[in-house]
Amino acid sequence: MFGLLVNAIVAGLLLGGFYAAVSVGLALSFGMLDIANLAHPAFIILGSFIVYTLNIDFGVDPVVAGVLALPFFYVLGSAIYQIYYYSFERRGEEALRGLAFFFGILFITEVALILIFGVDYRFVTAPYIGPSLYIGNAELPLRMLVPFMVSIVMVGLLQLFLSKTFIGRAILAVSQDDLALKLMSIRPQRIKNIAFAISIATASLAGACLIIIQPVEPSIGRDYIGRVFAIVVLGGMGSFPGMLTAAMLIGVMESLTATFYGPSWSPAVAFGFLLLTLAIRPAGLMGR
Amino acid sequence: MSALLQVEKLGKRFGGFVALEGIDLEVTAGERVGLIGPNGSGKSTLVNCITGALRNESGTVHFDGKRLDRLPAHSRTRLGLARSFQLPKPFHSMTVAENLHVPALYTVNARHGQHLSPAQIDARVDEVLTQVGLHEKANRRPRDLTQIEMRKLELARAMTAEPKLLIADEAMAGLSHSEVDDILALLLRLNAQGVTVIMIEHIMRAVTSFSQRLVVLVAGRKIADGAPEEVVRNPEVVKAYIGE
Amino acid sequence: MPYVPTRYFCLIVALVTIAIAFASRLATNDYFFFAGYVVLQYVVMATAWNILGGYTGYVNFGTAGFFAIGAYSAVVMHKLFEPPLIASIVVGGFMAGLVGLGMGYLTLRLRGVFFAIATLALAIVLQTLVTNWDFVGGARGVYIIRPETGPFGHPYIQYLFVLMLALSAVAICIARAIEHSKLGYGLATIRDDELAAEAAGVPTLRLKLIATVLSGALMGMAGAPLPYYVTYLDPSSGFNLAFAVNSIAMPLIGGTSSWLGPLIGAVLLATIQQIATVTISSALNLLIVGVIMVAFVTIAPNGILGLFERGVRARRRPAEKEAA
Repeated sequence: MFGLLVNAIVAGLLLGGFYAAVSVGLALSFGMLDIANLAHPAFIILGSFIVYTLNIDFGVDPVVAGVLALPFFYVLGSAIYQIYYYSFERRGEEALRGLAFFFGILFITEVALILIFGVDYRFVTAPYIGPSLYIGNAELPLRMLVPFMVSIVMVGLLQLFLSKTFIGRAILAVSQDDLALKLMSIRPQRIKNIAFAISIATASLAGACLIIIQPVEPSIGRDYIGRVFAIVVLGGMGSFPGMLTAAMLIGVMESLTATFYGPSWSPAVAFGFLLLTLAIRPAGLMGR
Repeated sequence: MSALLQVEKLGKRFGGFVALEGIDLEVTAGERVGLIGPNGSGKSTLVNCITGALRNESGTVHFDGKRLDRLPAHSRTRLGLARSFQLPKPFHSMTVAENLHVPALYTVNARHGQHLSPAQIDARVDEVLTQVGLHEKANRRPRDLTQIEMRKLELARAMTAEPKLLIADEAMAGLSHSEVDDILALLLRLNAQGVTVIMIEHIMRAVTSFSQRLVVLVAGRKIADGAPEEVVRNPEVVKAYIGE
Repeated sequence: MPYVPTRYFCLIVALVTIAIAFASRLATNDYFFFAGYVVLQYVVMATAWNILGGYTGYVNFGTAGFFAIGAYSAVVMHKLFEPPLIASIVVGGFMAGLVGLGMGYLTLRLRGVFFAIATLALAIVLQTLVTNWDFVGGARGVYIIRPETGPFGHPYIQYLFVLMLALSAVAICIARAIEHSKLGYGLATIRDDELAAEAAGVPTLRLKLIATVLSGALMGMAGAPLPYYVTYLDPSSGFNLAFAVNSIAMPLIGGTSSWLGPLIGAVLLATIQQIATVTISSALNLLIVGVIMVAFVTIAPNGILGLFERGVRARRRPAEKEAA
């Protein structure tokens, strides 16, 4: 019983680390830019399939493939922001139509992937898929540990980028106040474009992590919608440390639920957290 | 005589930032009060706490003998507390006349013992539109209005609710000299009809000529409260506000 | 357009409904009823979505969830009592309305985007619940035996068709009645500016809850006959994302400002899909719906109705523009 508990918590922390990779892009787009990108999980699945193609057809390591695909996702994100800005944000219509726009993108991406790859589960091969490390009784499967580390490195680098570079600080500024930037004669939508493009770029690595952890089919992205929004809201919207904590929390809760009640119940965990957060503490766990 | 509006020890914070602290304010029925202060001093926050757009964390607000500060904003409007917004917020999918139908339907008709028929509502809306000089624009959309007409619509919507107290939040910002006089005359007429008015304003000429009493907020605290000519000579006010 | 009082409008809708019901007797092929049922089901769904989405400005992405609540309520009713279908429709509507009330109460106080996210997640969680609930078949699904004939001795599919036709009429009448009522005014103020609405005395939370419950209940009612239509229901078909996409795409494409928009959008899109499923794959079919929806929200935000009105206005002098 105790061993089961320890293993469930360790697995949950590893899972939570991976959830941080999935959520970090949304913490940037939704948390900081106030763009409710519902399609974010769909881009992650797209990332998984690109990594899958590079891995199966060219034998590229999944993580390397995720890095290789980064520029493509950056450009994609930039293009989507342009459409979003000119069609919704500038007109002040982001509420209803902007949401519908992203919902449409989510749907189009999913169906397009089904048309290309079918509905079968796809997986990648890499030396670290299969073996495990053991620390005492706790099992650390490498297919969980590698995504965990990729995720922590990615979140850490993004945090450094935001706090140390000029553009990073401009992104933080735009999340606080458009006007301040205008006074510095920086166009906010230029900064927002970069930030949104980065947020979509993270989907490439997150997609790589996802397909390392589990086989992927086009429609599993939906399972992540409630989860990523729960994590970002719970984490206090724009804060990376908060997001990381929330991701770990939800990872552990899901892992415990899966261990003691069965895996088919775990999708409900994130939603429960999301509703509770919205109802009781909309500012999030770490919120003021 | 008891106060129409009584604010006691009101406090509001945003995260670590203290926006308002220990605000006491009394307004007597029929009074014209001016609320001034530099940008960011908490004037709009105070208005939002009184009208219910924000919830205050500490202190109380009483209006007409009833405690307000746990009531939702619409209940406060129904009790007789109306406001205009600093940035006009018209219902842009409706015509000007329809904009005024909303408070008639939802505020006047929601009050106990009152029920206006559709014809009476039309008449009431007509009357208010004539009073503010928007009669000719009754069937236009807000997007067709000029800046001053937009301000007038904002005031007209508050007036249609038949308030006891009207809070005009910078109703004259950005208007020309003669337009300011136009709005001032309107508010004075309203006050003469028995409506208590709190005016929040940056234009000193307007606020000092209008107000019987001036209240000064600086950095979330009330630093002066009295007759306009005394307040503008108060050294603390001069230092914090006019002197900057 | 001259103003038609709501009671005459409903009378006209009733007459048209009866006319369609009788005209459908001319159909010799049952396929007409199977296809017509789906189109009408989308008329109800799109109209219901628009009460909250179009009139109030709150986006519900969980339409599949509300729809499935209706469908699975009917399954439970069928297994427990085998009641007449009408009773199951009422129960399905009630349950969906109740869920709408609960979720609305928790999330409608916040910005609209949180409500939208919560609805999206709701559909997923409800699917999890149903998948784990063996009584209604769990992940394996459940078979429902469709009776041979309806209560009046006609083939059952014709009965389902007429029921859905009546439900469409009810939904359209409700939508239209709201548009020209005090409630409609209130909902429009919420869509335009919530702070200003409260300041004008509009009890925004209560009105949003009313809209959510009405909209959710209509979706639940539209879902209740589904088990009898498909005869085999499993979670992935009950919670099919296609329901959600279609019931959002249809009002957005038709136009969200009045009852006519969702009707046009639903009839157009659902008919095209019914025809297209025969010729092309259903996945490609849905891809087209998604692309059309994105195109409309970016390029023609007021839908077909908006395009039409712009055309009319261009021919008329602007001074004649009247309050709709």
